[in-house]
Amino acid sequence: MNNGLDSKIPGGPLEKKWSKHKFDSKLINPANRRKYEIVIVGSGLAGGAAAATLGELGYRVKCFCYQDSPRRAHSIAAQGGINAAKNYQNDGDSVFRLFYDTIKGGDFRSREANVYRLAEVSANIIDQCVAQGVPFAREYGGLLANRSFGGAQVSRTFYARGQTGQQLLLGVYAALSKQIAAGNVRMHPRTEMLDLVLVDGHAKGIVTRDMVTGEIASHAGDAVLLATGGYGNVFYLSTNAKGCNVTATYRAHKKGAYFANPCFTQIHPTCIPVTGEYQSKLTLMSESLRNDGRVWAPKAKGDKRPPAQIPEEERDYYLERKYPSFGNLAPRDISSRAAKEACDDGRGVGPGGLGVYLDFADAIKRLSEPVIRERYGNLFDMYHKITSEDAYKTPMRIYPAVHYTMGGLWVDYNLMSNVPGLHVLGEANFSDHGANRLGASALMQGLADGYFVIPATIGNYLATQTGKRPPPDHAEFKKAEEDVLARIKKLLNINGKRTVDSFHRELGLLMWDKCGMARNDAGLKEALNRIKEIREEFWVNVKAPGANEELNQALEKAGRVADFLEFGELMCLDALDRKESCGGHFREEHQTPDGEALRDDENFAYVSAWERTDGTPVQHKEPLVFENVHLAQRSYK
Amino acid sequence: MNFKLRVWRQENPKSEGRFANYEAPDIPSDASFLEMLDIVNEGLILKGDSPIAFDHDCREGICGMCSLVINGTPHGPEKATTTCQLYMRHFRDGQTIHIEPFRAKAFPVIRDLVVNRAAFDRIQQAGGFITARAGSAPDGNAVPIAKPAADLAMDAAACIGCGACVAACPNSSAMLFVGAKVSHLGLLPQGQPERMRRVLNMVKTMDNEGFGNCTNHYECEAVCPAEISVAFIARMNRDYAIASVRESVE
Ligand SMILES: Cc1cc2nc3c(=O)[nH]c(=O)nc-3n(C[C@H](O)[C@H](O)[C@H](O)COP(=O)(O)OP(=O)(O)OC[C@H]3O[C@@H](n4cnc5c(N)ncnc54)[C@H](O)[C@@H]3O)c2cc1C
Ligand code: FES
Repeated sequence: MNNGLDSKIPGGPLEKKWSKHKFDSKLINPANRRKYEIVIVGSGLAGGAAAATLGELGYRVKCFCYQDSPRRAHSIAAQGGINAAKNYQNDGDSVFRLFYDTIKGGDFRSREANVYRLAEVSANIIDQCVAQGVPFAREYGGLLANRSFGGAQVSRTFYARGQTGQQLLLGVYAALSKQIAAGNVRMHPRTEMLDLVLVDGHAKGIVTRDMVTGEIASHAGDAVLLATGGYGNVFYLSTNAKGCNVTATYRAHKKGAYFANPCFTQIHPTCIPVTGEYQSKLTLMSESLRNDGRVWAPKAKGDKRPPAQIPEEERDYYLERKYPSFGNLAPRDISSRAAKEACDDGRGVGPGGLGVYLDFADAIKRLSEPVIRERYGNLFDMYHKITSEDAYKTPMRIYPAVHYTMGGLWVDYNLMSNVPGLHVLGEANFSDHGANRLGASALMQGLADGYFVIPATIGNYLATQTGKRPPPDHAEFKKAEEDVLARIKKLLNINGKRTVDSFHRELGLLMWDKCGMARNDAGLKEALNRIKEIREEFWVNVKAPGANEELNQALEKAGRVADFLEFGELMCLDALDRKESCGGHFREEHQTPDGEALRDDENFAYVSAWERTDGTPVQHKEPLVFENVHLAQRSYK
Repeated sequence: MNFKLRVWRQENPKSEGRFANYEAPDIPSDASFLEMLDIVNEGLILKGDSPIAFDHDCREGICGMCSLVINGTPHGPEKATTTCQLYMRHFRDGQTIHIEPFRAKAFPVIRDLVVNRAAFDRIQQAGGFITARAGSAPDGNAVPIAKPAADLAMDAAACIGCGACVAACPNSSAMLFVGAKVSHLGLLPQGQPERMRRVLNMVKTMDNEGFGNCTNHYECEAVCPAEISVAFIARMNRDYAIASVRESVE
């Protein structure tokens, strides 16, 4: 039934799997490590941590990013925090509880063994970061402080003001800088990976474009690690940085890597609403705000009064009403849908009625304004900059926005894809968050993969590969370089009448409407047709000016959008196949009488891994087996 | 809103640059500065002109990738704000806006408004880290750190590495950037073992990269989007003095 997908989950009891696997894994002796060249694409938490750690172990590492410095990877933007099962608060947390919350939060569509491992190493991550000098928030007694995030009833989230991702990434960047200075890592910023190269069926390197000179070059390695982040920008508007792309993973997909669960995307409930068509990105207001903010919409349809004039009894604190035990901290998918429901019902606020309130009045009354300022000051400032509204005086307006992608390249327990040698880390893989990621768990996963998992598992592959690294002028590299260059020439020569952004916006709107917060059979089929049409027009009517041999931002974008135009189709296909609702994937045909997601464990408890072919993509199913948790309808009531 | 733009155009590091004039008509007041440039670029592309190259990524004020000198000020007129977080409603309708790259010997122009800030990376590589091998860290709560010290370290660590401090300084000094990193790590107990080596090596690299000296203009603090305080420069100078003395004694 699993069509040759071997997840390589070790045997034995759940709590022993990772230790046993580490013991069983092959080691490379220190003197031999420098004989291996490892190509790492991405310098975010996952890629940067992997590069620093593997460099320190003595491997020779090449690391790539598209920004001008590894310190600017998109991980930098994470605000709220990072989870770890430290139980410093003595509030009943444990590795098993973090594991359970993550499996349940993911709506039972992730692998038990991977998630357990994640929970297990979470504590080491905090230790590691503290040792590097990450200035986490502390209590007056000098101990580390915690806050709560959605989907949890314990306080296990560590944070550094509203800039947790920045501080964690700067820790990674510092460790990476040390390895660069030591000569163990060679860093290639402003360099974009445009193809994966296979030799005898194994991933043995990449082809890149130097974004300043346009030079196309080959980099050979004994193994390739992709840690290139998520594909949320397929929706054009998202909370991701402008450069986030699917290119690296999609080109690997075209070379044979299976893409798993592409339809699992996360819509974050608390973002600043869209204001206009010119808008280039959406801004997240961290979920941590829901620790103190109360979400509400007017009870009456079309109520246009300013919030202060709507009396208490005419407000609907809908999360508290519908989910009394989790209240405002209900998980993201559920909170987002509830906001959409209120707006679809005509009770939305702000321009276009696409917004609900996040109100701090009670918290300010209870704790005082300075306390709220200390906790969230930078978020309130950011809100003020964008909207010119003062959230200390009037509630924030928020609306859901695309934020994270749970889907990604399929990997086994070693983080290796079905293509031997190709490993995938961080948001770019599919492995740990199922159909919905809990807040503060992506940072945890990125660092777990980079600092602790890949250094232990990569030996299993490398040990079989001694002396097999091809030279970078191997025929396969030459061919890949020619293909890359031909595609660039083709894009530059179309010289049509529409800009890249106009295509991207059109695709994004379509994906948001048909493959966003709610999906249905007819809509997805319509999207599949439309995407083909948009793509066809793109290839005859796009205008990417300039040349390859220069810094050419329009060309960079064109290449990425061309990939999104193929990838969007795969997302819709996956969404169409999954005739159930789970986590962020809400199929309107499959809901409970009170509008909650209705899973179908009998038929859909599998990972859907897509293989690219010349015709329709072929689906492989990895069945999900639950031995330690009881499959239940997720309830936060 | 309508604007007139005077924008620095330069094809590559070797070519001569010049200012070019553009119209930016019908700009929504809620658009950000970079969205305004996006709109202008869409027009340029459709006309067959080359779009204005500028650096950006997160567009929420944290990655430090965006830059630009706007009407003479790095990151423009708003205090504690990066260019990507600057909104057009802060400009006057009809205003002429001058847009230039960050200028400093150590930040050569790559194209138009894009500059090379790799010198910052090299300073960091010279010592901006605490050695902590993955797997060998003690428990996170093993060493309590008083909240005021942790908070102060965080104030310094908030630097986004954009380089506005250098662009604002008449001497193109990088002291605020280096001072922030030296202070962040030096304020924490974990940072003590490497503290002296760190400051010596980072300052030496800073000098070698061609950044100028600090002569107390404090323009850096005024433009810093992360509001890094010049007090961190003083802290670095103290550390540097102690480290130099110790070095000469040893
Ligand atoms: C606004 C925001 C707030 C968030 N807040 C939180 C939070 O509070 N807690 C939490 O746990 N998670 C949060 N997340 C999610 C989390 O930040 C990300 O999932 C995580 O940081 C991803 O890390 P990564 O290392 O996998 O990828 P990234 O950090 O995205 O790094 C990708 C790297 O790959 C490189 N790259 C990409 N494509 C190419 C290519 N083709 N060629 C060369 N290089 C390439 C990039 O240059 C970059 O270095 C947030 C996300 C966003 C958008
Ligand atoms: S684009 Fe990231 S700080 Fe401006």
